[in-house]
Amino acid sequence: MEINKVPCKGLTNDEFDQALKVSWQPELKYAWDNGIGIGKYLEALKEGKLLAAKCNCCGRLMLPARAFCELCWKPTDGYEPVKDTGVVNTFAICHVNFDASRLKDNEPRHLPAVIEIDGASKGQGIMHMLGNVKPEHVKIGMKVRAVWKPAIERTGSITDILYFEPVK
Amino acid sequence: MGYRKVAIVGAGITKFVRRAQETGPELSWQASKMALDSSGLKLKDVEMITLGTAPDAFDGVHMKGEYLLSGAGGNNKQYIRNFVGGGTGVFAPIHGWMHVASGACDVCMVICEEKMSSCHPAPQGAFLTIFDHTTEQPLKPTLIWIFALEMRRYMERYGLSSADIARVAVKNKKNAMGHPSAQVAGEYTVDDILNSEMLADPVHRLDISPAGDGAAAVILASEDVAKRLTDRPVWIDGVGWNLDTSYWATKDLYYPRYVEKAARMAYEMAGIKEPDKEIHIAEPYDPFDYKELHHMEGLMLCQRGEAARLTAEGYTARTGNLPVCPSGGALGVGNPIAATGLMKVIELFLQLRGEAGERQVPGKPRCGVAQAWGDLMQVGTVIVCRS
Repeated sequence: MEINKVPCKGLTNDEFDQALKVSWQPELKYAWDNGIGIGKYLEALKEGKLLAAKCNCCGRLMLPARAFCELCWKPTDGYEPVKDTGVVNTFAICHVNFDASRLKDNEPRHLPAVIEIDGASKGQGIMHMLGNVKPEHVKIGMKVRAVWKPAIERTGSITDILYFEPVK
Repeated sequence: MGYRKVAIVGAGITKFVRRAQETGPELSWQASKMALDSSGLKLKDVEMITLGTAPDAFDGVHMKGEYLLSGAGGNNKQYIRNFVGGGTGVFAPIHGWMHVASGACDVCMVICEEKMSSCHPAPQGAFLTIFDHTTEQPLKPTLIWIFALEMRRYMERYGLSSADIARVAVKNKKNAMGHPSAQVAGEYTVDDILNSEMLADPVHRLDISPAGDGAAAVILASEDVAKRLTDRPVWIDGVGWNLDTSYWATKDLYYPRYVEKAARMAYEMAGIKEPDKEIHIAEPYDPFDYKELHHMEGLMLCQRGEAARLTAEGYTARTGNLPVCPSGGALGVGNPIAATGLMKVIELFLQLRGEAGERQVPGKPRCGVAQAWGDLMQVGTVIVCRS
């Protein structure tokens, strides 16, 4: 067989606008329990600390904190705060929002990064944002530190850290 | 190893388009009807069916397996939906292979469908819920961001430029000009790619495959049935899959070790010891242009860090030593996610039978590999086919 002719009709924007259709905008809300491990992680964020979980079997100090070690398949052996500094493993300079809408020219660019946190086991990175830095000055390997919301404004969320800024 | 031999004996596919008039069940029906007709079988001959489709959030339809059942021929049959994110399109035929290789049935139909256009304003928004709801979603990430993170890490590790990467998009978009399903085929230059809109530095708009709607299907048969149906069956000689940690920021993104593990499983089953020499064509998943390079390395088709140089030298062109994405890939044919993975398996089927028309690679290829990838950059699915 050779496949030369294939079905399916593509619609232009105009054709779609004019076509009969049904639409639905859901008004659902979800509330997610934090659970045991992440619950501790968030409590620590509220106190201005990054909390890792320790596994005495593989020796890892893991971020984010977790209730069980997924490699050794056993409960973790306690929690320890690590530093709120780290190294940029990789980063991007983003002109788009989560829904692919574009930032306006005068809006600051999103600077997501993977940050390997000091004191945790090698390679234990988290995704967070960079700030207080010009995009063109960001480099892989750059040392950064967390900039926290004031204690009174913290809610126990990953956004209690506003962003990571370069260590001058 | 105690598995029965499994062959592909028919294939069908729709156009890939930005927005299809057809519904999901209609797309599924078009592809599966074409696949059945090409195999010479009727729906009554199909004993089991597996259907692959990506997140329900694109369609806003829960229980998508049930939604697509009528178009997938699933009425009153052993029908099931499978799903491993972007890796689904190659996992679906692996799942079908399990049905036949195990002896559970002799004929299994595999369908992959995707209709991403139902989600407004852009299907990208539906990806927010794949991130951890507590530690990541509050940062409002998108897949474009995290693939930009991975692309930069890969470029930095091997000192690659944006132009090194863009050559993949140029090659695949041109290859797709011979594909009847193609959504974004065309002649582009490296400058065209680099001058397209910067979405998330280092990712330009034309570094990315487009979202789309489409469906694809194949018919799998046991050895006895396959030999009755055709004198040119294409055998699924190896399958492999692997999932890495979903704590995705804790693994070094420069190398897809889970793809290597999936490939090692498939190669061992197929008796392949030197993939770079024994494999004649490759269809790695290329939703972004750097991913083709990343996956060539994970599939051990070249040394780590060498894929960009080989691409620049024409090694991966349709007429090169190792044609990579002769179909045109996701970057050229389009990327209705699950359907794209199966489109790649169909390309192996056509190429190994010598029926790829103007896309046919020279030299009568006899062994090919297809691969898909997805979720939080931690799923690898691999199939090895031989004529």
